Amino acid sequence: MYDILIIGAGVSGCAAARELSRLQASVCVVEAREDVCSGTSKANSGLAHAGFDAREGSLMARLNVEGSRIMESLSEELDFPYRRNGALVLCLSEEDRPGLETLLARGRANGVEGLEILSREQVLAREPHVNPGVTAALWAPSAAIICPFELNLALAENAAENGVVFRFNTRVTGFSPMEGYWQIQTDQGPLEAKCVVNAAGVYAAQLHNLVSQTKLHITPRRGDYYLLDKTAGSYVNSTIFQLPTKYGKGVLVTPTVHGNLLVGPTAIDIDDPEGTNTTREGLEEISRKVESTVTGIPFRETITSFAGLRAHEDGHEFIIQEVEDAPGFFDCAGIESPGLTAAPAIGRMVAGLIRDKLALEEKAHFQPRRKGITDPWALSPQERQALIAREPDYGQIICRCENVTAGQILEAIRRPLGARSLDGIKRRVRPGMGRCQGGFCSPKVMELLARELGIGLEQVNKCGPGSELVTGVTKEADYEGV
Amino acid sequence: MKGYDLIIIGGGPAGLSAAVAAWDAGVREILILERDQELGGILNQCIHNGFGLHTFQEELTGPEYAARFIDKVRERNIACLLDTMVLEVSPDRVVTAVNREQGVFQLRAGAVILAMGCRERPRGALNIPGHRPAGIYTAGTAQRLVNMDGWMPGKEVVILGSGDIGLIMARRMTLEGAHVRLVAELMSYSGGLKRNIVQCLEDYGIPLRLSHTVVDIHGKQRLTGVTIAQVDENNRPIPGTEEYHPCDTLLLSCGLLPENELSRAAGVTLSPATSGPVVDEALETNLEGIFACGNVLHVHDLVDYVTQESFEAGRRAAAYLQNRLPSRGRSVPVKAGEGVRYTVPSVVHPDRMDDSLTLRFRVSGVRQGAFLSVWLDGERILHQRKPVLAPAEMEQVRIRRSELEKRPDLSAITVCIEEV
Repeated sequence: MYDILIIGAGVSGCAAARELSRLQASVCVVEAREDVCSGTSKANSGLAHAGFDAREGSLMARLNVEGSRIMESLSEELDFPYRRNGALVLCLSEEDRPGLETLLARGRANGVEGLEILSREQVLAREPHVNPGVTAALWAPSAAIICPFELNLALAENAAENGVVFRFNTRVTGFSPMEGYWQIQTDQGPLEAKCVVNAAGVYAAQLHNLVSQTKLHITPRRGDYYLLDKTAGSYVNSTIFQLPTKYGKGVLVTPTVHGNLLVGPTAIDIDDPEGTNTTREGLEEISRKVESTVTGIPFRETITSFAGLRAHEDGHEFIIQEVEDAPGFFDCAGIESPGLTAAPAIGRMVAGLIRDKLALEEKAHFQPRRKGITDPWALSPQERQALIAREPDYGQIICRCENVTAGQILEAIRRPLGARSLDGIKRRVRPGMGRCQGGFCSPKVMELLARELGIGLEQVNKCGPGSELVTGVTKEADYEGV
Repeated sequence: MKGYDLIIIGGGPAGLSAAVAAWDAGVREILILERDQELGGILNQCIHNGFGLHTFQEELTGPEYAARFIDKVRERNIACLLDTMVLEVSPDRVVTAVNREQGVFQLRAGAVILAMGCRERPRGALNIPGHRPAGIYTAGTAQRLVNMDGWMPGKEVVILGSGDIGLIMARRMTLEGAHVRLVAELMSYSGGLKRNIVQCLEDYGIPLRLSHTVVDIHGKQRLTGVTIAQVDENNRPIPGTEEYHPCDTLLLSCGLLPENELSRAAGVTLSPATSGPVVDEALETNLEGIFACGNVLHVHDLVDYVTQESFEAGRRAAAYLQNRLPSRGRSVPVKAGEGVRYTVPSVVHPDRMDDSLTLRFRVSGVRQGAFLSVWLDGERILHQRKPVLAPAEMEQVRIRRSELEKRPDLSAITVCIEEV
């Protein structure tokens, strides 16, 4: 029996796990996929939003601004990339100007600091590739870019170091309320916990509805993106939004914390909670819409496109509370944008609710700091030479596009909650994230995975069971019927 | 800082040939830097034959062709560092590299030859919509898995793109027991050599579907199928022509891109047409003493031409090192005219040309019975009828130095394709 069982190892679940790991309680995170950060948390804009967008007085607004304020110090504590690059919301016609003023007022009411309206000239001086037809823009200096994978992973690793148990490839199928606790059915057998946290992303409504008469409805809202090569990474400096108009919301353009350029997303409501396929229409919509804010984006530098699903709840609000007719069952649902930004605050809020419920005390020896995977390129030349002399694997480049060394890949596999799939390694240390998209390095990374995990290459997978990368050895074909 | 007369970046066919030629021209302090664990480059995974018909008048496999040059390099005791990745080349030719033994280190070079080769265009760059399951490989990655590592990427295969590696892999996968359903090609003509169409597809009854592309990818974990569709003259899918093909493997052979990140960072001017450095008749880039050859310069169809070009680069780099390469003098641009996509070189300095110069180029579309012409300003000096011209095959013409010397005011050389 655990004190707390968290469903979902996305950024919300892991933030909650980390905050709960400060307390004297046993915590388990169950995740349907093979790794942390495998759903909504892995495919989004990678932004720490300033907080001017959410409705005044909403939980979304409060947690967004709180998350934005915590994020920088958290990035130091947990060692993940963060860069405060600021955001611009472009106003493209004089008649939309009142909308910009409304956004400014809302942002100030939400407590966002440093907001100001810039003139056309000021905008173009900062961002030469912005549509010259821009009339003004809202400048939000506290907006930042982060690595969504590393934030999620850092929270999970730190939680694990402080005693949280993670169970992967474990899908929750049902709940039975017991006397003072819950029995949780999974495809790996039953588990028990005094409290349950439902942080299941696009599946959160489905799980909620198993325990409550008050039904929730969540729509997977797909967002398609283009990711461009680092050669295009400085096409804009800040994150560029378009002021929503009666014609729609537009798409954003942002540098990523690793130096690429990201353009998107669309917002297409779908039924399939696994429907992360891009479509031609979606991708064309992006390249068409972006022309109104940032002109001449070099789309020929595209290295990949992808889609993520937002967990859009009908009321467009975060739902973080104990379910009224299911005591001990806590929803952490409807976490769509600005969910990544809000995650640290969401974690605190969830932990606070459960601490009060179970009357939990703080641990004496919580370890708040986590050290990221060694990046030889972030070291001084002397430190790097010493590292390679000690561990030559850090001098052997496996991924030529991103200069990822064997040492980093091995560390990604060997750490607690280590990578078990090609995508897991890619999210942690980036082989395959570059311009050749794994063409040269993936066979080498597959070999390292097989060797380290002690499995055959035919068992190495891309993203969990069922995504094996090779089907067998050569010269063993079944020629019958050929 | 340790130094070499000549540092060659890349130990594939281009780098090896350049090293041999430079040594034979008298350069002794040569170092080849190779990022893989052995010399030979991509030839090591090309186990089919057909290499070396021009160079050796025999049909070799890729590894055999590479071995001939590796032997020549060894006979000359030319130094090589394997498993060594070059991180940076400075405009004044300081090369920064990393390996397990030395960590990050720097070397000064009298001259540098860029011979890093090319890479394949990945799925993402092709904007194919759909899911992102396992089972999608570039043809070259699959070739490595099958030919070097002994693993089968899948059993039921669709290939997109009729580039040579895709065609070769259609045959290889068939020989290894997989079923290749079809090869789809966006263009109305093949991207590969005619001999590969015949020997790799027709001989095995594999259909080539021209003017078709993949419009959707199915399967969330492992590929389960692709949808292909016919495209119109603007390469847009035609609604109603979609066909679903169940498969567990999609191989992509949709073009090669010279790998010029080092060159770009060094300040080498790149050509938008080739994605390779802009070079002159000496295969020298805009940066003095930095030369380029092979697929990093422009993508070749035959390795024999890579060797020829790289001999030239090695010889010219040697001349530069021995102060025998005259200063550039007047320069004459070489223009890709009607029907020609690019030429290499794209600028000529007549004062330091050899007696004749080979201009290599590719045409932009399939043409039958057209004329290949060379104009020196308004004067046509070559007008040659060609039964077939195709973008898949590299073409070449020779220009004589005497022709240029006769015309001191020449403003441009133009290579073009003419109907009459």
